[in-house]
Amino acid sequence: MALNAKIPEGPLKDKWQNYLAKTRIVNPANRKKLDVIVVGGGLSGGGAAASLAELGYNVKVFFFQDSARRSHSVAAQGGVNAAKNYKNDGDNVYRMFYDTIKGGDFRSREANVYRMAEVSANLIDHMVAQGVPFGREYGGYLSNRSFGGVLVSRTFYARGQTGQQLLLATYQAMMKQIKVGKLTQYNRHEILDIVIVDGKARGIIARNLNTGEIERHSAHALVFGTGGFGKIFYLSTLAMNSNGSANWRAHKKGAYFANPSWTQIHPTALPQSGEHQSKLTLMSESLRNDGRIWVPKNKDENRAPGDIPNDERDYYLERRYPAFGNLVPRDVASRAAKERIDAGHGVGPLKNAVYLDFKTAIEKLGEDTIKERYGNLFTMYEKITAINAYKEPMKISPAAHFSMGGLWVDYELQTTIPGLFAVGEANFADHGANRLGANSLLQASVDGNFILPNTISNYLADDIKTGKISTDTPEFEEAEKAVKDQVTKLLAIKGTMPVDQIHRRLGKIMFKEVAMSRNEKGMIWAIEEIKKLRKEFWENAAVPGNENGPNSELEKAGRLADYLEIAELMTVDALDRKESCGAHFREDYQTEDGEAMRDDENYMYSSAWEWQNGESWKLHKEPLEFTEVKPTVRSYK
Amino acid sequence: MKLTLKIWRQESAKTKGKLVTYKLSDLSSDTSFLEMLDVLNEELASKGEPAVEFDHDCREGICGQCSLVINGKAHGPEEHYTTCQTHLRSFSDGDTITIEPFRANSFPVIRDLKVDRGSMDRIIQAGGYISSFTGMAPEANTIPIHHDIAESAFDSAACIGCGACIATCKNSSAALFVSAKIGHLAKLPQGQIERTERALWMINAHDEEGFGNCSNTGACAMVCPQEVQLLDIARMNFEYNRAKCIS
Repeated sequence: MALNAKIPEGPLKDKWQNYLAKTRIVNPANRKKLDVIVVGGGLSGGGAAASLAELGYNVKVFFFQDSARRSHSVAAQGGVNAAKNYKNDGDNVYRMFYDTIKGGDFRSREANVYRMAEVSANLIDHMVAQGVPFGREYGGYLSNRSFGGVLVSRTFYARGQTGQQLLLATYQAMMKQIKVGKLTQYNRHEILDIVIVDGKARGIIARNLNTGEIERHSAHALVFGTGGFGKIFYLSTLAMNSNGSANWRAHKKGAYFANPSWTQIHPTALPQSGEHQSKLTLMSESLRNDGRIWVPKNKDENRAPGDIPNDERDYYLERRYPAFGNLVPRDVASRAAKERIDAGHGVGPLKNAVYLDFKTAIEKLGEDTIKERYGNLFTMYEKITAINAYKEPMKISPAAHFSMGGLWVDYELQTTIPGLFAVGEANFADHGANRLGANSLLQASVDGNFILPNTISNYLADDIKTGKISTDTPEFEEAEKAVKDQVTKLLAIKGTMPVDQIHRRLGKIMFKEVAMSRNEKGMIWAIEEIKKLRKEFWENAAVPGNENGPNSELEKAGRLADYLEIAELMTVDALDRKESCGAHFREDYQTEDGEAMRDDENYMYSSAWEWQNGESWKLHKEPLEFTEVKPTVRSYK
Repeated sequence: MKLTLKIWRQESAKTKGKLVTYKLSDLSSDTSFLEMLDVLNEELASKGEPAVEFDHDCREGICGQCSLVINGKAHGPEEHYTTCQTHLRSFSDGDTITIEPFRANSFPVIRDLKVDRGSMDRIIQAGGYISSFTGMAPEANTIPIHHDIAESAFDSAACIGCGACIATCKNSSAALFVSAKIGHLAKLPQGQIERTERALWMINAHDEEGFGNCSNTGACAMVCPQEVQLLDIARMNFEYNRAKCIS
């Protein structure tokens, strides 16, 4: 199938308005005849669920947490971007669009990115109206901070808990719709397959995680707000139960997966301290507003950080990137940290971290100001490490964080399966090869609240006479059987190797060869190792218990089975792209001073991969055409 | 470190539960409490025994899913921590630790340490929102809010909905949880329009769900990971009385 991105006519700045003017919409009286299933209760899925219910559709929302308020959007700390120009610092929609395109290293779709910037201001209005307690100036107006990769202050924040506050607003909007009967929630449900009827996505097979029951649910359209799959690295900033399974199972039913290898490695997470660690806690990028990153110049430094004089410290970001300094984008900051750590300048017991130091800022602004800006982050840091970061620098290290890649979607956010839409981190379109800080909350929210509700109607308009979709059909029967068979197969392995141990080993392979720095030899090795591990999983994984009732080991095993396949596609994707761009850094394609070397002549496209019955993948290229911007070498020097 | 764990095992809400003893050794004091349970579950899995079921997700103290009573204290020995932020450095080598689920009549056990906190969702459904639909909002800066009021609203809004306040309360009251949402929205100008109904509906829902009354002992605020203040309960009482008077 040839890819059609369905980008509307007209100049970039008019495309969305042109689209809205001409797209088909559904009469309010007909909306109650239409059912939509939303998978994921976070900012994107929850926003879509609430907004679609408000419009009058019948919405069912599924998520694995016990409450939608716990979706992983909750953990986003620093902020959400919007082109409000409240700071009078020259910001506007075009500048925000340009920063995002450049931040993504000219590997995102121009029209989508422009639209995200265009509707960003509406989102702040919406969230304020919902009661989000954003940070305020003393005059009562909204305050902003700066984030990496930009020269203006366009980030709105609610202390270091912005994601939590936006999510709670979205959750509350959902709860309101549940009360009025337009929305039904299915908590503790995991989606194990989608059902396709006559070429259209018409339902899901879900497992009730409390009872173990396998359930069928039908709808006229499906919306996936299923998030990213960075947990594939085992150690990551993601929640323990975040997973790629719904997306992967949709992929195996025909949804193309785009740029799967583009994973953001976040520069400021807590370093690994031991083998049993399950999680690398994120420390918000906003800390780089006031914190300075450095390592000792001396490789065998044994002194406490406070005892190392200034001229024996290497503020390597300020040294290498004088224009942006500590606020370079995440891919650049992570790679620079890895370079210093690999060169032997790492700090901490495992020599795997760098310092993030607030001494200068505290001297200049006072501890109270720093406390108001980042208090909860300092508290969180102390709870985990028992170190007071007001007194000594934080130790931070790069960690897997965000999936820029995801399900391929067109301008309407529809995947290659008609009737299956993907919003937020689950899709691929807006961030290119590197996401800018505070654009994640933005993309998730605007996809769910402002974009999808206006594009899905164009699809649903064909269904006003369809009537209820029956679940009593051979298609549902077959999908349910396949899901039950897989559960049985997992429980029948009866091996001795705990699932988490296999996952840790997969994570190590992926973090070594398919993360910050990649080369051909390493990735060919990685594919072989992944295949071996997959074989070992199916022969020797320990999946105890049974399918009737809660079984967290069974849940983890199902997710890992998918990760073991996703990992291979990620590596295939990274091998195929013989250039460096954004987070995708190929050692064999770099400049003399170690910066990424893009190849616009041969790789100016998004890679969309089609599943070929498990044997291989077929590559479809979506050419990226830049009409308003001229791709340049991305420099933050 | 070596630890002896006495863990609550219960098949479902309909069956009786009991404490089962497990022993772990070779633990590092830098290991988190939940990572210790991961270690135990890996040991059980390799022997083919079912895992100890417990709730957890973000493991950084913000999602509110983790919910253990450790040695009789919700979220463990440290004040204002979540279970996932608790590390073994808070215990001593050789300790015996009792691990139970959050207990309240309105939190039925699903299995082992997992409980159903749907009752808290239903309280929010009753009125814990501002009825502004997508697309309705005015320009954000047309609603100026005093810096200190926004900060105070945040203090209440920070509640992570974990339910530790309820598990700790001798009356199983959800007063702190309800008051945090009522306080958050009542402090802000956007929340004024529905202020009266919100207080009435949420508090009625609280009572209907079977949560107990507040007797102001303040145990809830002692364990709250986000340090939601007892003052919010006073404000809630004011909001409720005000609503009763004018409705």
